[in-house]
Amino acid sequence: MIVAGGPVIPNFGTGSSCEVNNGWFCTDWVRQHWGDTLQPALFQHIELAAIAIGIGFVIAFALALVGFRFRLVDPPIGIVSDFLYTIPSLALFQILVPFTGISLLTVEIALVSYTLLILYRNMIEGLRAVPEEVVDAARGSGFTRAQTFRRVELPLALPAILTGLRVATVSTISIATIAPFVIAKGLGQPIYAALSQDIFKTEIFTAGGMVIALALVADGLLVLLQRSLTPWVRA
Amino acid sequence: MKTFINAFRFMADNPHLLLTKTGEHLELSGAALGIALVLALPIGLWLGHLHRGLFVAASVSNVGRALPSLVLIAFGLTILGVGFWNNTAALVVLAIPPILTNAYFAIDTVDRDAVEAARGMGMTGRQVLLQVELPLGLPFVLAGIRIAAIFVIATATIAAVAGGGGLGQIIVNQASYGLSGVVAASLWVSALAFLAAFILSVIRRAASPRPVPLP
Repeated sequence: MIVAGGPVIPNFGTGSSCEVNNGWFCTDWVRQHWGDTLQPALFQHIELAAIAIGIGFVIAFALALVGFRFRLVDPPIGIVSDFLYTIPSLALFQILVPFTGISLLTVEIALVSYTLLILYRNMIEGLRAVPEEVVDAARGSGFTRAQTFRRVELPLALPAILTGLRVATVSTISIATIAPFVIAKGLGQPIYAALSQDIFKTEIFTAGGMVIALALVADGLLVLLQRSLTPWVRA
Repeated sequence: MKTFINAFRFMADNPHLLLTKTGEHLELSGAALGIALVLALPIGLWLGHLHRGLFVAASVSNVGRALPSLVLIAFGLTILGVGFWNNTAALVVLAIPPILTNAYFAIDTVDRDAVEAARGMGMTGRQVLLQVELPLGLPFVLAGIRIAAIFVIATATIAAVAGGGGLGQIIVNQASYGLSGVVAASLWVSALAFLAAFILSVIRRAASPRPVPLP
């Protein structure tokens, strides 16, 4: 239904007067479209971010193991991840499109690239900061190299690693908002749709608020994880 | 690969378009970074000097990271309407956290002995800040500005969806410029970000305190 003379608001249903007049915040719109727009977008957003953080963590950890053991490869890994981090997200998506197409893969490659720098740096710095005496003491009491790593170095580096995970999680949730420039997924999608349709305020504020809330909740949960895994660190 | 060859052909064919958009991009980014510096740098430095406001500095950086650029751009557009300032305001908000937080920690963590010595020599608080703490903390302050510059250039690209000019206009308009144009502008804006990061790295290196050789 198109209201003659009024702003054209597609996909907002028949609409209350608040919606037709594009008021600052229309609660009835949110209630009506929670099920078909907002909730699916929220779940997609969580999925986009979770995949990226999971894969990014595994890759960064593998790189950190190599970079920690063989100091020579640490600078090149650092430079490459810094390089990736500098590329604007929207540009990285588009540069990947000729290779991986309009696909989830394109988005995930970009998101993973941005987690690498943060995770890798924190892991390496955490491992490097373990005092040499502690490692010597472990080796002296008969720990093998692998045991020393698993039972001494890794636990001591854990606070730094988890801090990196927090920062990476929050920024991945934030960057995943750009995904709709490639595929119609995540909370960026309703924002993007509202921007191209007469700047529908309610949708922008709701979806935008949801991304920020999601990032803060994820950060809060990771703080709890940090407290339970490393109770000896006072935050 | 063919797309990339076409992208470079696009650059060769449209130097004027790319340069104009680069100019707009730099204008938007520069204005935002400048305003953010004026607002955030003095506050960060002063709080660091007083060793107060740890909570403020830490929360600004935490909250700042959680603010997605597209959301800021969309909020700016909704509240301020289309124009130069909606995007500038969004970019300023984005640039403030890294500048403020790094400035705070740069000054806060300066060697206390050096500060005590300066005070002992009769320097006022202002002199201590400007002549001792700032020079010693400068590399870290500049690191924050570098991060802010990278953020701002990246987000100025997204500003195209909210009526902002700049290279993003080509990237979000595949219908007019084709995939080769989109990729060309993407490579171009990446090069711009690298250049800015590189320049700030060089300044940072030049500003790092070096030990004075003994006679």
